[in-house]
Amino acid sequence: MSYRVVHYINQFFANIGGEEMAHVAPELREGFVGPGMALNQAWKGEAEVVATIVCGDSYFAEHEKDAKAQILEWVKAQKPDLFIAGPAFNAGRYGYACANICAAVQDELGVPVLTGMYQENPGADLKNKVLIVSTANSAAGMRKAAPAMAKLAMKLMKGEPLGASCEDGYMNNGIRVNFFEKERGAKRAVNMLIKKLNDQPFETEYPMPSFDHVAPNKAIKDLSKATIAVCTSGGIVPKGNPDHIESSSASHYGEYCIAGVETLTSDAYETAHGGYDPVYANQNPNRVLPVDVLREFEKEGIIGKLHDYFYTTVGNGTAVASAKGFAMEYAQKLLEAGVHAVIMTST
Amino acid sequence: MKLELGYIQITDIQFSKESKVENGTLFVDADAVKAFMYEDDDVKEWVKSFSFDIAKPGESVRITPVKDVIEPRVKVEGPGGQFPGVIAKVDTVGSGKTHVLRGMAVVTAGKIVGFQEGIIDMTGPGADYTPFSKLFNFVVVAEPKEGYEDHKHEYEHAVRIAGLRAATFIGELGRNVQPDSSESFETLGIKEGIEKYPDLPRVAYVHMLQSQGLLHDTYVYGVDAKRTLTTILYPTETMDGAILSGNCVSACDKNTTYHHQNNPVVAELFAQHGKTLNYVCNIITNENVYLADKQRSSDWSAKLCRLLDLDGAIISQEGFGNPDTDLIMNTKKIELQGVKTTIITDEYAGQDGKSQSLADADPLADAVVTGGNANQVIILPKLDKVIGMLDYVDTIAGGHAGSLRPDGSIEAEIQVITGATNEMGFNTLSAR
Repeated sequence: MSYRVVHYINQFFANIGGEEMAHVAPELREGFVGPGMALNQAWKGEAEVVATIVCGDSYFAEHEKDAKAQILEWVKAQKPDLFIAGPAFNAGRYGYACANICAAVQDELGVPVLTGMYQENPGADLKNKVLIVSTANSAAGMRKAAPAMAKLAMKLMKGEPLGASCEDGYMNNGIRVNFFEKERGAKRAVNMLIKKLNDQPFETEYPMPSFDHVAPNKAIKDLSKATIAVCTSGGIVPKGNPDHIESSSASHYGEYCIAGVETLTSDAYETAHGGYDPVYANQNPNRVLPVDVLREFEKEGIIGKLHDYFYTTVGNGTAVASAKGFAMEYAQKLLEAGVHAVIMTST
Repeated sequence: MKLELGYIQITDIQFSKESKVENGTLFVDADAVKAFMYEDDDVKEWVKSFSFDIAKPGESVRITPVKDVIEPRVKVEGPGGQFPGVIAKVDTVGSGKTHVLRGMAVVTAGKIVGFQEGIIDMTGPGADYTPFSKLFNFVVVAEPKEGYEDHKHEYEHAVRIAGLRAATFIGELGRNVQPDSSESFETLGIKEGIEKYPDLPRVAYVHMLQSQGLLHDTYVYGVDAKRTLTTILYPTETMDGAILSGNCVSACDKNTTYHHQNNPVVAELFAQHGKTLNYVCNIITNENVYLADKQRSSDWSAKLCRLLDLDGAIISQEGFGNPDTDLIMNTKKIELQGVKTTIITDEYAGQDGKSQSLADADPLADAVVTGGNANQVIILPKLDKVIGMLDYVDTIAGGHAGSLRPDGSIEAEIQVITGATNEMGFNTLSAR
């Protein structure tokens, strides 16, 4: 029995027409259409395109919700082992459609997905979410792209672990995978330096993450009139972690009221953080979120007021992008509440 | 300065009543090695006993916990001796002729000193990750005297000296043996180099030495590297035993003495010397924990790069986390002097590979070679024989409670494997 594959392509690759036909609504056809043939050939009977969904690029862009709903229904009914889209090369709306329909199928149906496109295609923005094979920038690259996609697709269908992005030909998705190079590291380093010295292109093996530098605000002149909030990436939450913030790689933050709370007791608070020894934080949660001291400061008039809410998440292995997203959201809430300054604690 | 290395290929090791090297086989009288190690007062004071074993490539043998790996060598011509400032007198090495017992190593193992000693598997999946599985290993297992727990630094010193003495004893056996092959390496003076290679880019190797202290140390001519200022060495000095490992950082990215003796950056730069570049010298700089030290050392690295009129530099790191800041400070400051850099590091991207790999980053570090993600989990099957002991598998860095499984196999990060993600670029392992 061969694996069942559903293929998504646009009006151009289905031979319906170019830009003038980009408005066509999604359509389900049996078997392969267009580039699906090359996939079938590469799979040599081990897998087969059982259905092809054709959709106009403009239609998808303008009716994304309807198009997705219709396509998901069709895909679900086919019970495929894999959903594959494209390759879209450098066609922007096609790439967008491929990446987004793949994301929907993956999320909604739990079916493995794969697409392919040129690295600068806007659809490649989803490369950390959807597996994308890197292709040439025009359809002339089909002869290389189809076998590469077919090979990786077979790995996915068989449930085999992925090799490193450069081995398996997918766009770097932020997941580091080890593999053995042909040459040792020192030789690679010397070769890379020679290229760099000669102004030739070279490829770093680890692109540096861009660190966002946040300039501190101006100092507060009179703390005694300021409302101060306290926030943490140290995972302090009400006992029982009511919002289930993950112990590592947190997907959300918590907002909790501390109006009238004089001190964080071990009966009422704990840490959800899985990256440090929690014993001391659980014994006395003020060690991470210093509510006790801030209340003293409040009483002594050193600060005007401790804000009624604190925001908290777990920093352990949490993606910088997620952390930034959380802060962008609750910074607005803090601003709206008239908070003047924030103490952010980490662990 | 010119050094000739004569390689004596070792293809077997056997215990014997007489110590000698004959037709590629090393015969060792273990009692004589033991007596030579005990000639040192510190060894006498702290080491209760030694046992010896031999591990050959492909055998079902696991060596753990591994402290250091050392290549036996002997100085046959020119000034100095092996391990200057520690075993031999402090004379400058790196010239003349040295015989190398190639294809073998002395491995020191035994009760743990720090938490960061490693595993060498001679076969199976673990063997692919350590270069030492390909060598004939003469293993020295040390047993400390009672009460060593309160004197770990002294005990570490004693075991380190013992290993170097064992390697010295064995290296000496190659003194009168005709090498199978030889190679010469030469570094010219600054002016001579410029005149000889006027059109080649001037490149140095910025060699970062682990010096975080608390059993994370490196010794240069016997001086603890954390008490050194950034300075210059001839590359052949490193090749001739000037730099020794005294550290216990995670096994995967500790530079053992063997790594220093066979520094791959030095070898690869020499391979290009006079062809695509002019290999000027090595700059050694430390990785201390205090910010003032980091600033001073990285300032000096950059200053020396400028003073030497370099065009490029390769920077290698040792360890991870805290030294990531030294790596980035060095890189940034050297680049800002107009000297182009390529750096070699490794990664701690989490077991799922999703986390940020380094603790520090800078856009100027745009040419990075990686030795792989040390957090990758590996299953090491039970092997027939253990040299040393399995008592520490759960607690060494990269292990966890339950790493040693009831069936004798080990589930751990490749961090536990000696040399797995080496940051001198000794291996082919990488990551994307």
